[in-house]
Amino acid sequence: MTVTFKVNGKSSTVDVADDTPLLWVLRDHLDLKGTKFGCGVGQCGACTVHVNGTPTRSCQRRASTLSGVEITTIEGLSPDGTHPLQRAWEELDVPQCGYCQAGQLMAASALLKKTPKPTDDDIDQTMTNICRCTTYIRIRAAIHRAAQLAGAGS
Amino acid sequence: MTTSIKPSGGNAPGRTSSNLDRRNFFKVSSIIGGGIMFSAYIDTLGAATAWAAAPAGEFTANAFVKIFPDGTVQIVAKNPEIGQGVKNMLPMIIADELDVEWKSVKVEQGLFDMRVFQNQGAGGSTATPSNWMPMRRVGAAARAMLVTAAANSWKVPESECSTSAGVVSHTSGKKIKYGDLCALAASVPAPDLATVKLKDPKDFKIIGTSQKGVDNHLVVTGKPLYGIDMTLPGMLYACFHKCPVFGGKVVSANVDEIKAMPGIKHAFVVDGLTPLQLTSLVSGVAIVGDSWWQVQTARKKLNVTWDEGPTATQSSVGFAAKSLELSKQPSQRSLRKDGDFDGALKSAAKTVEAAYFYPFISHAPLEPQNTTAHFKDGKLEIWSPTQQPQSGSRQVAAALGIPETDLTIHISRSGGGFGRRLSNDYMIEAAYIATKVPVPVKLLWTREDDIQHDFYRPAGWHYFSGGVDAAGKLIAWRDHFVSFGEGNAFASSAGLNGGEFPAGFIPNLALDASVMPLGVPTGAMRAPGSNGIAFAIQGFIDELAHAAGKDPVQFRLDLLANQAPATPPAAPPPGATPGGGGRGGPQRYDAARATGVVKAVAERSGWGKTKLPKGTGMGVAFHFSHAGYFAEVVQATVSKDGAVKVDKVWVVGDIGSQIINPIHAENQTQGGALDGIAAALGQEITIDKGRVVQTNFNNFPLLRMKQSCPVDVSFLKTDNPPTGLGEPSLPPVIPALCSAIFAATGKRVRTLPISKMDLSWS
Repeated sequence: MTVTFKVNGKSSTVDVADDTPLLWVLRDHLDLKGTKFGCGVGQCGACTVHVNGTPTRSCQRRASTLSGVEITTIEGLSPDGTHPLQRAWEELDVPQCGYCQAGQLMAASALLKKTPKPTDDDIDQTMTNICRCTTYIRIRAAIHRAAQLAGAGS
Repeated sequence: MTTSIKPSGGNAPGRTSSNLDRRNFFKVSSIIGGGIMFSAYIDTLGAATAWAAAPAGEFTANAFVKIFPDGTVQIVAKNPEIGQGVKNMLPMIIADELDVEWKSVKVEQGLFDMRVFQNQGAGGSTATPSNWMPMRRVGAAARAMLVTAAANSWKVPESECSTSAGVVSHTSGKKIKYGDLCALAASVPAPDLATVKLKDPKDFKIIGTSQKGVDNHLVVTGKPLYGIDMTLPGMLYACFHKCPVFGGKVVSANVDEIKAMPGIKHAFVVDGLTPLQLTSLVSGVAIVGDSWWQVQTARKKLNVTWDEGPTATQSSVGFAAKSLELSKQPSQRSLRKDGDFDGALKSAAKTVEAAYFYPFISHAPLEPQNTTAHFKDGKLEIWSPTQQPQSGSRQVAAALGIPETDLTIHISRSGGGFGRRLSNDYMIEAAYIATKVPVPVKLLWTREDDIQHDFYRPAGWHYFSGGVDAAGKLIAWRDHFVSFGEGNAFASSAGLNGGEFPAGFIPNLALDASVMPLGVPTGAMRAPGSNGIAFAIQGFIDELAHAAGKDPVQFRLDLLANQAPATPPAAPPPGATPGGGGRGGPQRYDAARATGVVKAVAERSGWGKTKLPKGTGMGVAFHFSHAGYFAEVVQATVSKDGAVKVDKVWVVGDIGSQIINPIHAENQTQGGALDGIAAALGQEITIDKGRVVQTNFNNFPLLRMKQSCPVDVSFLKTDNPPTGLGEPSLPPVIPALCSAIFAATGKRVRTLPISKMDLSWS
């Protein structure tokens, strides 16, 4: 099937089997490799993107449901890598292997959009992505730091 | 992709100066663009091995530093980056002795080249101990040559010159940048690496300062860094479907039907090697097509008749029954015998018996196994997230019958390792498939492939008995360790070393072992051996402390004060994991260092000073592995219905005189502790009908944010050479957590994972 949608503000058309997960549309058809494959069953969240602003595990979203949607991936989180979360992640040196961090950032950016000053409990409830290196302590701290950076309008 | 650079200075037409003694090889060459390259031979394998392995005349430099006229310094990071921070750590050591600013350094991932680097593995927490002095010498030698060049040009004594931030200064006030010395330094005689003057550690400017990951910006902006991100023009995608029973063989498969499916270009049966090698190429069906999703879709239609082979009847239930049976028989062999255990137990005031069990677990690095390979004109080029390219190269060559000289391996950044990628089975599969396909191919496993075809942390059973005297002193200890193996050899990572603590600290001690055969592949997993042994040993020590009526910290300190005089260490049995210190560690257990971290963690955690409510408790444990001494305290709360919440962990480590990169050290240590908690809380691989029952993260749970907790990390700096940090923080957290649960509930966890136990209380 042919399906047309927007990725990071740009219109894209792909011709794929209708059950193709958005994850593989992004990675293998649109060459957007920032969105990662970890489990394929919606457990780990490494493939998190925004679909019409909602954080979505792209391995669970089929191509047949994508017509006309607007998708944001890690490549489109900010034009130049300076989203407050990206700055906070670098400032606090969050990554170890780094593989899950794109998904963590996409989940966290959806959280901040809805809840600009999240509590620890908000973070516990919302951030369900897996980090195999268990960098959770710094992910939590970096979300708080990003909220501060965004609040300061810098 | 990760940049690969050829480490040779092939573009260097200019003058060179070198010290050609192999043991002290250091060379400088001018390079195109007016820059200069320092190269050195670093022996990271141990002198005798490396020199014997390098044929005369083929001996090459293996450490590389380039300085460009604009002041940029490029340092090759030779080891695979798997999240342990080695891509920062090794170049930081060179840069400090070179005396340049870290911000002027560009780090480049080195291409795998056995002939050049000898040792490019990531494993065993070995990078620090094996590279610390050699890397310092490389930086110092380059700096010395730049000083000589400046002094010569100024016609002043070198002793009047100093360096800082990439500039040589003279006492008169004259200054010259390193970048402006490139041409002059190229003709300076190379110094002797063995005697080159090193910095006084108090003058370190980079070592000991926090330097954030060199790839952080690429990571947070989603740049293609990992093996899975590799793309080549015309590339096809592959999956490899293996028998769920390890080593099972394809009898027949509907490959013609599969080949007719959309997007599928090739489908074929792979026989695998004969005789069977679970670490190399095994039988299966390869499907290759235009996209990975099409390949996976076709795979669902695959019908394979398997010959499941002799291990299809094995099960976890069967192993447990066999273990119990073996525990009641005389042990197959003795690993160590001190004093008179039976006599001491009879004389003991109190005795305790307990059986401890830890299950198989899977590494589950988040990036599924993958490798991209291209076979062209008899040569094979490979891009792989591997922890051990040298064995990968050897195995690919052996499995495919291709000389290693026709292989090129690019080391990709790995989305986690934890020991899984010490095995290169996926690399060999991709290499084999590539030889059957006329274009580049990317093999990618599913998570289910990964969970069901791992080299698992082996399960193990410890049948303990011990006794304390009337004064509460531990006088008798026996551990009948039941594990896997054949004859006198343990299965990979399934061993126990006769020197393992508390050996040497209890006068009457017997370490015995019995093994049963295993058809499940096992291998090293973060703190191999120690990650299970520490749980059992420290858990039983805690039980004996309780029996003795002693405080768990004080009981351990008393035990550590009871070390027997030194005796020559016994050779470890085949297959034994490097417990009792790990590779690169000192042979003699240093009781003073262990005592130091136990005391420090007790103080830091406020041990014994806080009155905790019922249902909340603290536990302590310590362990020595991979040359590091770690003591940890866990505070945990158990709800009345038995749910465990870890509240906080305190870690004190002693890894020697220097923490090279504190910000990474903290992250790595917290990760090790939380990794251990994840394994203890809920992870188990079970075997039924010869195959793994678990499939994905829904039934093999990894830790999540809400289970995470603060981890307080501190280090005791002691006068010992710096050692590694990838592993030793993990083992003690598990017994500390289990003892915290005991303190909270009175229930002793002797079987992992904790989730299997009813911990409810009223």
